[in-house]
Amino acid sequence: MSTLEEYAAAAAPAPLTREDLLPEGEVKWCPGCGNYGILTAFQKVLPGLGLPREQFVFVSGIGCSSRFPYYINTFGFHTIHGRAPAVATGIKLANPELSVWVITGDGDALSIGGNHFIHALRRNMDLKIILFNNRIYGLTKGQYSPTSQFGVTTKTSPLGVPDYPFSPVRLALAAGATLVARTFDADQNHLQATLAAVAQHKGAAFVEVWQNCPVFNDGVFDDIIGKSFRQEKVVYLQEGEPLRFGQDKGQVLIANGRGMQAVPWEQATPDTVIRHDPDHADATVAFMLADMEEQGLPVPMGILRRVRKPSYDEIMADQGAPAGSVPDISALLGRLEGWTIAER
Amino acid sequence: MTTQGIQEIPHDRQQLERVTVRFAGDSGDGMQLVGGLFASEAAWMGNDLGTLPDFPAEVRAPSGTVAAVSGFQIQIGASTVHTPGEESDVLVAMNPAALRAGLKSLRLGGVVLFNTSSLSERSLQKAGLSPEDLDAMRRHHQVIDVEMSRLCQLAVADTGLTKAQAERCKNFFALGLLSWMLHRDISPTVRWIQSKFAKKPAFADANVKALEAGYRCGENAELAAALPLYHVPEAAMAPGRYANLTGNQAMVYGLMAAACRSKRPIFLGSYPITPATDILHEMIRLRQDGVTVFQAEDEIAAVCSAIGASYSGQIGVTSTSGPGFTLKQEALGLAVMTELPLVVLDIARAGPSTGMPTKTEQSDLLQALHGRHGEAPVFVLAASSPADCFAVAYEAVRLALTYMTPVVVLSDSYLANGSEPFRIPAAEELPAITVALHQDATAFLPYGRDPVTLARPWAVPGTRGLEHRIGGLEKEENTGKVSHDPANHEAMMRLRAAKIHKAAASLPPVQVMGDPQAPVLLVGWGSTLGAITEAREQLQQDGIAVAQVHLTHLNPLPPNLEKVLRSYERVIVPEVNSGQLAAILRERFLIPTIGFNRIQGLPLRARDIHAFVLRTMEESQHVHA
Repeated sequence: MSTLEEYAAAAAPAPLTREDLLPEGEVKWCPGCGNYGILTAFQKVLPGLGLPREQFVFVSGIGCSSRFPYYINTFGFHTIHGRAPAVATGIKLANPELSVWVITGDGDALSIGGNHFIHALRRNMDLKIILFNNRIYGLTKGQYSPTSQFGVTTKTSPLGVPDYPFSPVRLALAAGATLVARTFDADQNHLQATLAAVAQHKGAAFVEVWQNCPVFNDGVFDDIIGKSFRQEKVVYLQEGEPLRFGQDKGQVLIANGRGMQAVPWEQATPDTVIRHDPDHADATVAFMLADMEEQGLPVPMGILRRVRKPSYDEIMADQGAPAGSVPDISALLGRLEGWTIAER
Repeated sequence: MTTQGIQEIPHDRQQLERVTVRFAGDSGDGMQLVGGLFASEAAWMGNDLGTLPDFPAEVRAPSGTVAAVSGFQIQIGASTVHTPGEESDVLVAMNPAALRAGLKSLRLGGVVLFNTSSLSERSLQKAGLSPEDLDAMRRHHQVIDVEMSRLCQLAVADTGLTKAQAERCKNFFALGLLSWMLHRDISPTVRWIQSKFAKKPAFADANVKALEAGYRCGENAELAAALPLYHVPEAAMAPGRYANLTGNQAMVYGLMAAACRSKRPIFLGSYPITPATDILHEMIRLRQDGVTVFQAEDEIAAVCSAIGASYSGQIGVTSTSGPGFTLKQEALGLAVMTELPLVVLDIARAGPSTGMPTKTEQSDLLQALHGRHGEAPVFVLAASSPADCFAVAYEAVRLALTYMTPVVVLSDSYLANGSEPFRIPAAEELPAITVALHQDATAFLPYGRDPVTLARPWAVPGTRGLEHRIGGLEKEENTGKVSHDPANHEAMMRLRAAKIHKAAASLPPVQVMGDPQAPVLLVGWGSTLGAITEAREQLQQDGIAVAQVHLTHLNPLPPNLEKVLRSYERVIVPEVNSGQLAAILRERFLIPTIGFNRIQGLPLRARDIHAFVLRTMEESQHVHA
């Protein structure tokens, strides 16, 4: 090894490890909270991305999910309720090199912060927005949220939730997110694979993570992702593969001219089978996938849509001076139309 | 260009110290344009000046009605001009509605250049005027009838413009006539037209012809007898290069200058709102010069994006007006808690709620000081003239970066849209702003402090070894960790307050203007400087001793203010609100203050302040007698 190489090896930072990301203090979510699994997935995924620790920024709003930045040893900003995408926008535009992640919840992103959420997606802002959806307000102890299902009894809906829920993935697709995915806290492998894919995306990426709140909404997703239901009620999206599910993948979703329907695998024909293509420019199938839960069909997990178009920071770089440049005031003032008053 | 007066002043011209002109026409008549060009002519001839546009709240109200009248007022002077003028001496009225609207502020006996081509039964009816009303106007003012549209049509007949296009040149005809009347050199306007319409030579030709026809029209026999001819000599202005800037433009250049001097990039997050929107317009024009401009989805996103940019190491700025400022208050508290630099420009307008969006008011002083939950102290500054917006914006950035804290800058509609000559400073004339991003990872304390400024380090994402977490939860001193400790909370509350109040010692003391031995002190802040100064000067000319101070720093207040206030028997506080500064001074210093308050969406008038001071002094004499 030459001296130069030795020097370079000594100067280069050691690769990021899981230990580097561990928090200084203790993690204070309730025992059994789904957030622990999500945190683990991040600790495992970030070291594999090849970025140094100081390039990561986690920005959050308010709620149980939004305590996340305190529990991962990167740069972190725990902002105010609903505003994380707006703060993250400023962070990203001021330094487009950063990997900026927004950690939010169903109340934070879809209720008080709904406007910032949709506009960050619409602009294709290069942010990774991870929504921990537990369908309840946890930090304020059990009021219904904008994803609580119609009719559910909560502290503020003793006779059942009177309003209809948002579908986060449908909303994100409609708002123009260029990557839309769904995963859940109990499947560590799927969670990690999803986050890793999101990390590679340039543009507005949105992930809905189904997350169990064992205290105020325990088991809310069990009838879909519970061990005994998962095989029949979840379809894992795999690029290029048909949408198969059920025992021995015996069922498949096909297009029936009006939407989708489940049929035995043997009945599927090349004309009707849908091979998953998240990168397809046309969002029609992505919307159908987003609608499946509503239709009582198996719920798709994975990347519903992933397209590439210029992100906001890229467009800004085309339109203005390079990010981080400083004005030359003499030149600027020199250009003003003006007149000179001479010494008398 | 350099100033170049018309050297020879004909003996038949009356010399005036100052003159106020109001242009009034339909929204589409181009009054703002020719008003601005008239300002350039005056500046070119070495006058000091102040301008104020007065446009309708609706984009295009029905044409020919009083609601659609767009006005532009300008005062030019042979000595320092403090305001755009109160009553006008000359009114340019392009139609009956403009005549009706403009007469409200024309002095008795003032001159009207009236476009009689616009007269018809229908136009009078639209303006709500009867022929008898016109006759009454003619009795009280010198109305000079000029068939502007017809004469303009004749002048441009050979340029190939359609009749409708030719009609649109009449504003230049009016400007030409006014320029003759006031002895202004039209050559800068001719050059402007030629460069503006370089790609449309027919339009350039027509507008120049209209301008020259208006100028010559003043000489013709019919008008010459009736038209008074004036001249306003040049003012003694400090040597240097000048530009005529509105308050909003000056604000933008002040920010850019501060970015340049501090060597930090600048970021504007903003959402359109009257009367602050021109800051957004002006900034986006400069995007190639090193500013990131983000038009946010709402006021909250605008301030939050600025906070994010500050966290990332840029100078985060957001611009707004009263209603938007209210929406930003929660985020402002976050910037206080996270101790990040932030500049909030609040270009106030008449409130509450939507109020009168195009009208001025010093509405937001209390909101700036106390608008947040918890106790969240911030620096508060106010600009006192259009050109002063430059210095105040610059000072705001200096304070934000030096002390790592939000700063609120108060301006208002009157300053934002008004303009005056701004002497362009050389970069090295501007005070230094030294700021460095923190780099040292050894024993790094996110909430450690500079012992003098109490500023915490600016540790931005991307810096190795400085990974840390901040947020809205209370912070432990030094470590910046979340803390609910009672004693720590009190210590941090006091620390945040001390950071602002300790800075007072380094601020410039207030300067007493006028007679320091006088019994009466006038205390103002913000946009009332011109009117108060004019009133004070008038009182002094009348032999009445008055002193004056004007505040730029409203939080913290200047260190010598209490001593100054206690040196006078009477403290009068003129404001365009119901007494916000007056209340603060009473609360802070336990001194009686006498408010002079007008809340009509209009700037204060010097003569009203003058009269109020006289009345107050008389009353106090009655009490003593």
